[in-house]
Amino acid sequence: MPELTYLEALRQGMWEEMARDERVFILGEDVGIYGGAFKVTEGFFEKFGASRVIDTPISEAAIVGAAAGAAHMGLRPVAEMQFIDFISCAYDMLTNYVATARYRAGLSTPIVVRGPSGGFVRGGPFHSQMPEAAFFHTPGLKLVAPATVRDAKGLIKAAIRDDDPVIYLEHKFLYRRIKENIPEGEDIITPIGKARIAREGKDLTIVTYSAMVWKSLEAAEQIEKEDGASVEVIDLRTLLPMDDAAIIASVKKTNRALVVHEDTRTGGIAGEIIARINEQAFEWLDAPVMRVTAHDTPIPYAPTLEDFVLPQAQDVVKAARWLLAY
Amino acid sequence: MPTPPTSVPALDRSRLDFYRGLLRQMLVIRRFEEKAAEAYALGKIGGFCHLYIGQEAVAVGSIAALRHDDYLMCSYREHGHALARGMSSRTVMAELFGKATGCSRGKGGSMHIFDASKGFLGGHAIVGGHIPLVTGAAFAIKYRAGDQVAVAYYGEAAVNNGAFHEALNMAALWKLPAIYLCENNRYGMGTALERASAIYDIAQRACSYDMIAETVDGMDVLAVYEATARAVKRAREGHLPTLLEVRTYRFMGHSMSDPIHGHYRTREEVDEQKKKDPIPALFHRLEAAGLMTQADYDALDAHVLAEVDAAVKFADESPEPDADQLYADVYSA
Repeated sequence: MPELTYLEALRQGMWEEMARDERVFILGEDVGIYGGAFKVTEGFFEKFGASRVIDTPISEAAIVGAAAGAAHMGLRPVAEMQFIDFISCAYDMLTNYVATARYRAGLSTPIVVRGPSGGFVRGGPFHSQMPEAAFFHTPGLKLVAPATVRDAKGLIKAAIRDDDPVIYLEHKFLYRRIKENIPEGEDIITPIGKARIAREGKDLTIVTYSAMVWKSLEAAEQIEKEDGASVEVIDLRTLLPMDDAAIIASVKKTNRALVVHEDTRTGGIAGEIIARINEQAFEWLDAPVMRVTAHDTPIPYAPTLEDFVLPQAQDVVKAARWLLAY
Repeated sequence: MPTPPTSVPALDRSRLDFYRGLLRQMLVIRRFEEKAAEAYALGKIGGFCHLYIGQEAVAVGSIAALRHDDYLMCSYREHGHALARGMSSRTVMAELFGKATGCSRGKGGSMHIFDASKGFLGGHAIVGGHIPLVTGAAFAIKYRAGDQVAVAYYGEAAVNNGAFHEALNMAALWKLPAIYLCENNRYGMGTALERASAIYDIAQRACSYDMIAETVDGMDVLAVYEATARAVKRAREGHLPTLLEVRTYRFMGHSMSDPIHGHYRTREEVDEQKKKDPIPALFHRLEAAGLMTQADYDALDAHVLAEVDAAVKFADESPEPDADQLYADVYSA
């Protein structure tokens, strides 16, 4: 079985969808001749041609807007934000136009807007953010954030085939750092809206997604080894719509819950997850639900500062121990 | 930037039905909007309601130059375009009334009228944001090697929004079959064009994109028709976009909550503009050419009024939307 990186799996997923469906096309800044800033779309221009791999001006609003207009007409565009931070330029398009099109006008908008999110690469304030909270409370949008190689492929394929608009948050730290054997020829589709148990456990549930899945798994291993406690890790995979059932089933089993995300704390989606646990599983809880998040600051450049601001495995270990001792 | 001269063709007697059709459509819009204003005053229509009175020649003349399989998207002042595109006055009025029989089943309201089956991809209620979507629709047409045209309608205030620039640049760069039809009614709500834009000829904006532009008298429905037909031909046959500046005027306030004149424009200015009212203008041309009499006009108007009255009655008597429909269409099934 060939071993693929997260980036290669994402590329392979898009490639397969381009090959199977002529309605699928890619547009974005430098996605064509250059092959993408991170080379996610390398080779696409040569394979699929200039008519389906579109280099655009630096016009995020019009990239998403034009993608939406083309999607209303039945095409299936995949729009790349060179860094997901730049999606803020298209906020109006996504929240007002795209998210409401079906509701107000019966128009289908099967677009995917994807791009590299997240920190740990010394990108500084404009190239390190997690944007999910800005879109999470917009009905009509879907949000996915793969943590694994398999889901990088499975979720991009599911997103492209979905009839609703999907924001696909890939994590740039994971691009070339994780590898997995992916069987050739297997049509991998990760269903949107379904979480996965990344690690089974019985004493504490960690609810997380994207790169924080790996920090949480690292923390879980350490706690098992050093404390003898068993930690379950839920990888949400889809943030919107959220898989409440998977979260609640795990919390009812472990009676303790910790939410871990890389986004900043105030208004981050951990607050919403905690509210849902309170609403649906309060009687099962043996401890307050806690969260580990980034600090409430812009993401600083300096390595020491960035490493302090973003959640690390030891932050997760510390919070988990506090909960287990409660 | 080449700006072809605006030319108003002489009336062609063999096209009487066409002219009458234009007059009728303008009258439908006028009477519809008058009834909407009445219903608003009675509290039957809520929220924000922007009337098209004064601008009828723009939608009617331009849409007459389109084919049934072409596409258009509008701003929030779109009742007129919906009617000109052939939507029934009943379904549009019912939407204004927020009824289950409205085109959005009461979920959109005045600013979000649509009928995708007619290529009418809807009204959009943030200034300028829909212009990139029209670029995308034109892209899809070209992607499929179709020969349709996509038209964006927006006001002159929208050209100061970044979305306008991004969208027109792309369309010119990619040679898309689009028409960017600016309805220059001189005011972005209460701010005059001259107080918002560094240049006053909207058509000049096309220079930035090496795009063909044309300026046309928006109070003359035939001039609008002819100019749009030229733009359609360029788009359909040559995949070339056009910026069409149509100079018009709204006779009513910006919305129903805005007086007709006040701080930002004088009664004299409005009265002066009303002398160019596109509806009498066309009728008087037809009358002068011996193609229509006052009695013909009165009969047509009475017929239109009856249609619009029926639309109001339909809307008034239609059921309210059910709360069980609230979550329908947030996502695909």
